[in-house]
Amino acid sequence: MRRSRFALSLAAGLALAAAALPARAADPKVLKIGACLSLTGPAAVYGAQQKAGLLAAVEELNRQQYVPGVKLEVVIEDDASTKEQGIAVYQRLIAREKVAAIIGPTLSNTATAANPLAQAAKVPVVAISNTAPRGITDIGDFIWRVSLTEGQVIPGALKRAQAKLGFKSAGLLYGNDDAFTKAGYDVMRSALDGMGVKIAGTQTFAKPDRDFNAQLTALLAQKPDILVVSALVENAAGIVAQARQLGWKGPILGGNGFNSAALVKNAGPAAEGVLVGTSWNRVSAEPANQAFLKLMAGRGHEPDQFCAQAYTGVLAIAHAAKLAGGKTGREDVKGAFSKVTDLETPLGKFSFLESRDGSHEPALQQVRNGKFEIAQ
Amino acid sequence: MSIQQLVNGLFVGSMYAVFALGYTLVFGVLDILNLAHAAVFMAASFVALTLVEALGLSILAALPIAMVAAGLLGLVLERIAFRPLRARADSNIAGLISSLAMATILGAIAHELWGPNVTRFPFDTLPNATERLGGIVSRMQLTVIAVALVLVLALTWLVQRTRLGRELRAVAESPRAAQVVGVNVDRAIAASFFISSALGGAAGILYGLAYDVHVEMGRSVELKGLAVIIVGGMGSMPGAVIAGIALGVIETLVVAQLGGSFRDVVSFAGLFLILVLRPHGLLGAAATREA
Repeated sequence: MRRSRFALSLAAGLALAAAALPARAADPKVLKIGACLSLTGPAAVYGAQQKAGLLAAVEELNRQQYVPGVKLEVVIEDDASTKEQGIAVYQRLIAREKVAAIIGPTLSNTATAANPLAQAAKVPVVAISNTAPRGITDIGDFIWRVSLTEGQVIPGALKRAQAKLGFKSAGLLYGNDDAFTKAGYDVMRSALDGMGVKIAGTQTFAKPDRDFNAQLTALLAQKPDILVVSALVENAAGIVAQARQLGWKGPILGGNGFNSAALVKNAGPAAEGVLVGTSWNRVSAEPANQAFLKLMAGRGHEPDQFCAQAYTGVLAIAHAAKLAGGKTGREDVKGAFSKVTDLETPLGKFSFLESRDGSHEPALQQVRNGKFEIAQ
Repeated sequence: MSIQQLVNGLFVGSMYAVFALGYTLVFGVLDILNLAHAAVFMAASFVALTLVEALGLSILAALPIAMVAAGLLGLVLERIAFRPLRARADSNIAGLISSLAMATILGAIAHELWGPNVTRFPFDTLPNATERLGGIVSRMQLTVIAVALVLVLALTWLVQRTRLGRELRAVAESPRAAQVVGVNVDRAIAASFFISSALGGAAGILYGLAYDVHVEMGRSVELKGLAVIIVGGMGSMPGAVIAGIALGVIETLVVAQLGGSFRDVVSFAGLFLILVLRPHGLLGAAATREA
């Protein structure tokens, strides 16, 4: 009886002491990051990669004590790949979780709907996968991104392809009834002009078209060194297959519509050798990338572009807090973003541009044995 | 114009022609537009794809089997969508609506069975090689043109030289008179649906071999098929073949000479002009109809 009373009072004393602890142990400041990812719904395949990249980044940067005296924390919420839930997630992250910065959303479509809430509440947002050229960072001065737009990926891919292949003339083919493929064509055209590549011919098609023989025959008759194509994936496979059927053995470079496993599936052997731009150079020997690969391998995760971009998003926020002298307020983080230049990241040397878009060197992929591989 | 572009045009046009041939056959016999024709086109392509992919059949075996399947589908269509309405005074319009309903139902079934994704025949279904005929022409294109030619010749022989063909022509002229002289009208109509749908199916299989197979593929041809049979002369089979091939060649030449944006503008302006000059179409007749 006596012993148990002693035990009880000991327990009570410990409990009291424990209750008193948080007040004392508050000294490592917390930088709370909210993430709005598509973990369910059609974009879930991207969301899963992003989640893995975020968690890895937070653990790794805390281990390194990247921001002295500040501990990173991340709250990940699912937007179900929809605008509506994305808005609800933002409201929760901003008002209840009181996060210092938001990462996401996965889809550009959701971003255009949810980001205005963050802008109004003056919460900085870092987009990690939005590639739409308009309607993301131009929402306001609190919206930033690390993902490259198509306008950034395509010129880089063309330059790398030219360094590799040395083409002097190009045949252009694009869908002229779709905003994305038309915008892709505009970027291709000005990049090729800038590189001094002669345009041997230009042909157009419409989304419902399935026969491209007439356009391809006319283009190939001009004997270009390379075919440059801006098409959605449903047209891309047919274009590639028909070009090969017409005996075209030269290179084909596609816009972002080609960046899909469906291209390889539907064009089959014809897709071999097709070139496409990408944001992440998986095989880059840069120390930051090698460290990232090693980190992810240690966690048993096979990273893709979305994973590397998510990791970079957290790194950019942490770096901004570091530049702000360890301050973790919303304005502090946002104010320091513009100072993030030449940051070593898995994506390469990363800087924020004046337009609040990200900037780093894009890479070139090539289909080999039915898979996209980085073209060196 | 290069020979290569001419072959490209003949290739597209031969698929339009086979599709329109089936379309116009039912119109010639029954005065009815079967709006489910494009759905049969799609369904047959999926059937042939399944035969080639799942059962490993050669396309030489899969093509006739899938054509028969399409023909049977035509019989089902006739039985459900057209025969119950035949006695009604407004059977033309009612049949139009009920065939539209059948098209929707077939589309939903195909969606359920084969899913929404774009798929393709395996890459070795047809020879991949190319020939040099004043330009580079793929064997796949030549194969499609040859199959279309065989189908057109076979149908011409069937309509002109066989007993069934005579019965079809008699029903097209006047169902009542045909019945009086001892033609089984129901059977002749069913036969015309079978042949029409088998041809529509064949066009779908050729189209699938040339491009890809998916639930919405009928949309690419249904309006063009309609334009072709109107310009060819409603119910005229030679007219449908000529107009189909002409549309394919014109489309290709416009793309080659003026660019893709002008294709439909120029092709449909051309079709319109033909209708202004010849209101009954290229080979259509005002009073009499041939099937």
